[in-house]
Amino acid sequence: MSRWAALGTLAVLALAAAVLVGPAELGPGDTLRALGGRGDHVTVAIVRDLRVPRALLAFLVGGSLAVCGAVLQALVRNPLADPYLLGLSGGAGLGAVLVIALGIGGAWAVPAAAAVGAIAAVVLVYRLAVVAGAVLDTRILLLAGVVVGSFAAALVGAIMALSPAEHLRSALLWLLGGFDAASWQAVGIFGAYAVVPLALLVRESRPLDLLSLGEEPARFLGADVEPLKRRLYVAASVLTAAAVAVSGIIGFVGLVVPHAIRILWGSTHRALLPAAFLLGGALLVAADAVARTAFAPLSLPVGVVTAVVGVPVFAVLVRRWAS
Amino acid sequence: MGELIFEARGASYRYAGAATEAVSRASLAVPRGELVGIVGPNGSGKTTLLRLLLGALTPTAGEMRAFGQPVATWKRRALARRIGVVVQREEPTFPLRVRETVALGRYPHVGAMRALGAADHAAVATALARADATALADRWTATLSGGEWQRVRLARALAQEPEVLVLDEATANLDLRHEMEAFELAAEMVRAHGLTGVLVTHHVNLVARFVDRLVIIDRGEVLAMGPPAVVLTREAVERLFAWPVDLVHWRGVPQFVPLRRAERGASQEP
Repeated sequence: MSRWAALGTLAVLALAAAVLVGPAELGPGDTLRALGGRGDHVTVAIVRDLRVPRALLAFLVGGSLAVCGAVLQALVRNPLADPYLLGLSGGAGLGAVLVIALGIGGAWAVPAAAAVGAIAAVVLVYRLAVVAGAVLDTRILLLAGVVVGSFAAALVGAIMALSPAEHLRSALLWLLGGFDAASWQAVGIFGAYAVVPLALLVRESRPLDLLSLGEEPARFLGADVEPLKRRLYVAASVLTAAAVAVSGIIGFVGLVVPHAIRILWGSTHRALLPAAFLLGGALLVAADAVARTAFAPLSLPVGVVTAVVGVPVFAVLVRRWAS
Repeated sequence: MGELIFEARGASYRYAGAATEAVSRASLAVPRGELVGIVGPNGSGKTTLLRLLLGALTPTAGEMRAFGQPVATWKRRALARRIGVVVQREEPTFPLRVRETVALGRYPHVGAMRALGAADHAAVATALARADATALADRWTATLSGGEWQRVRLARALAQEPEVLVLDEATANLDLRHEMEAFELAAEMVRAHGLTGVLVTHHVNLVARFVDRLVIIDRGEVLAMGPPAVVLTREAVERLFAWPVDLVHWRGVPQFVPLRRAERGASQEP
């Protein structure tokens, strides 16, 4: 079986499993009938309006985070980069926690505030990293991302310390990330925001290969390095901000999935980006299925599951690769 | 002098915040089909001058032209179809196989997303063979020795199928054999395949053996430009390296010998 067929199968299996399992114990036959719109209307609603959009959203977010991670690792030429590195998670967290602490209601208040916070952090980091008028210095980008993220995290800590307990719990759960608010609307909105940046990043596959050689070799091999870096940074930021808005901060996928693909398949981005999208999507869908069923009716934060399952797998991969 | 590949007319460059110009009113010409050496001690401005020639820096005064046009008007991809550059340092962030890194030399031809065609694979194979790197094709670049890595990067520049091959101190950290091999390859590409070559180095003696023309740079200024037998005088070399030398000739090419203190004045005036 080719590697693409293997990844595709993995993705389909993860999606199928996520639709079949859940706290409401439905049989596979009922679930399949409900998928087709038949059966009692509660079952149909659970399957078609809760499980399917939730699985799709997790897949799209997981895939997007993995692609962003791969792109940012090449952009800043640092294997430790992840989608949240550039201050984005701090800004998003600050926006979300602020709205939660102020008790502002409405399904879209928190995602909107998170997106605004993320974009504000991105703009600030970008401004700090542009030196000598036009050059985006990726080393400063890295540092600026870390300090802006730390500053926002400090403010988040202050707000949470001063918040009443019921706000504290929802703020904490938001910060850990998850898909409890998934809906077709969320899938649609995320899809609308994700499609352009994703297409743009995939289109830059070979320039990303060049950039990971270093800026000077990239330039002499024909890459327009400065505009390229700006496009990559903006596209990855918009994509991550959209992911944060619909699902909070889900760690690990963006950091580790690109490395797993590099170890298994090599580092050329024409293969790496689509493969990372499929694996990241499958991983997050599977992790979300585990998160909401393992301790049902309670659910774990999905980021906890991705880390608990992913770290050992990744450790094995790294060891295999090192030897 | 035939068609000019590179031409500098009074070009200067000052890095932001620097007290002096790294390159000052430099004028030089690289004609098509010649092998040209740009030499000077460390910090003399060779690499800055090269970046100006290649359009990676914009002169603060004066003019740089490539293939008859101001170099700034060239698109990077169009320039990369014509000029292959091997730079001094390069550290890939992620593991690549040799064949993959050489195939990146096809980017100027195929663009961002298109798959490589038969012509591209042929160009990669030819480039690997010319650089004596065919046997390395399936290795990871991280496992290569310094000399092997240099051959791979030469192969990548050749895979661009350029009209001009530029080596920017590409051999500075390698031993004599690898430097000679790289210069031999560049010379062969010029003599047998009609390329134009630019070799930037501080190893004046070695490069003088190969080139048609030397450009001698000191403190950002072009000190002399011409055939090695003409420009490589004792005065020029002593000024360049601030050290007394004696000059001998090997098959018509001047070669300098640095003098020890005790030898000064024995064969010549200091």
